[in-house]
Amino acid sequence: MGAHDHDHQVVPSDPALRVKALESLLVEKGLVDPKALDALVETYETKVGPRNGARVVARAWVDPTYKQRLLADGTAAIAELGYGGAQGEHIVVVENTPQVHNLIVCTLCSCYPWSVLGLPPVWYKSAPYRSRAVIDPRGVLREFGLELADETELRVWDSTAELRYLVLPERPSGSEKLDEQALAALVTRDAMIGVSKVAPSSRGAGA
Amino acid sequence: MNGVHDLGGMQDFGPVHPEPNEPAFHAPWEGRVFALNQAAGAWRKWSVDAWRHKIEALPPADYLRMSYYERWFAAVGELLVDSGLVTRAEIEGGQPAPDSIKCVPALSADGVPLMRRSGALSRRDDKIAPRFRVGQRIRTRNMNPTGHTRLPRYARDKHGTVERDHGVYVFPDATAHSLGEKPQHVYSVRFAARELWGAEASPRDAVCLDLWDDYLDPA
Repeated sequence: MGAHDHDHQVVPSDPALRVKALESLLVEKGLVDPKALDALVETYETKVGPRNGARVVARAWVDPTYKQRLLADGTAAIAELGYGGAQGEHIVVVENTPQVHNLIVCTLCSCYPWSVLGLPPVWYKSAPYRSRAVIDPRGVLREFGLELADETELRVWDSTAELRYLVLPERPSGSEKLDEQALAALVTRDAMIGVSKVAPSSRGAGA
Repeated sequence: MNGVHDLGGMQDFGPVHPEPNEPAFHAPWEGRVFALNQAAGAWRKWSVDAWRHKIEALPPADYLRMSYYERWFAAVGELLVDSGLVTRAEIEGGQPAPDSIKCVPALSADGVPLMRRSGALSRRDDKIAPRFRVGQRIRTRNMNPTGHTRLPRYARDKHGTVERDHGVYVFPDATAHSLGEKPQHVYSVRFAARELWGAEASPRDAVCLDLWDDYLDPA
């Protein structure tokens, strides 16, 4: 792209170019530091993600007193493992049991517990999920391959305030001998949103 | 505002499409938009609710057509102009105005970990008495404010039960419009699915919303 392209600058239609133009302007005005932008992108690409939440879940599975603290004050218990901060300032953990299944949504925007799950996937932010999770949650779960029994109580949590929700999934059968680290490896992001369960560990290891 | 962002309970948007092994950002520009919003937000010229309201106020057809980070990009541009950090002419021209004074960025690379760790607390320590107690039956207000609100349409004028008192938080309907913080209690309120959606809904299902005192009346 030659310098003459800027002579008759109109806002370009390509988002990549428009974003670049705004970034350059803000950098030139000293409003943002491009290195801070790099650091932010890197943080959410590599440091903050669902592995954090998986560690929390695995700890709760192996340590009943930790689980108690986690359900009583999610924010404080999660901070014990070193996680907190942006979009994890106030966390409520809700427990799945054989009787109760929990599902998290934000119908109004895209509220999501960044500190333990990272940034939300596109489907979580999309109109199909946000619209139907509250009116047809069982239908949504079916699309994720999860058929809830009629007698299971389903609780949907619509994140309308600054509380952020994390589902504590059920520990799968066959995982009794696994240590905390191996358990954490089983826990998926989707199970911590509540659109799936954690699959039994016997799948790969046999028995 | 009864905007198109208030999606809860709408139908016919089609199936949910999960993407296996989804990256944090689908293109480098998405990451830049995410970061620009955070870094520009560090000037503290707007509240998170003012930011949300900017996105809600996009024309409905644009809101539905735009991708998630296109909306974020539109919002940050508008907020930069509203706050006076940037002029519209500068955005359109792509150059600082000749009389523009160069600032020192509010957020440096070194400041990123601290900003992420501290977050933004919207909880307040004000000693404000709760209007409701856990276990109490409530009815949400029938209200249709033209500004920002976090009471979705599907949960207005409905009966529910207070499940948990989360303490005192700033009130988004006020902070979004720079009308002060109006701190008040937020509760998890549980609504039976049948109360919200009628007899077709499963008798075992419930939806819980986090709602402020000003959204509720005793049942």
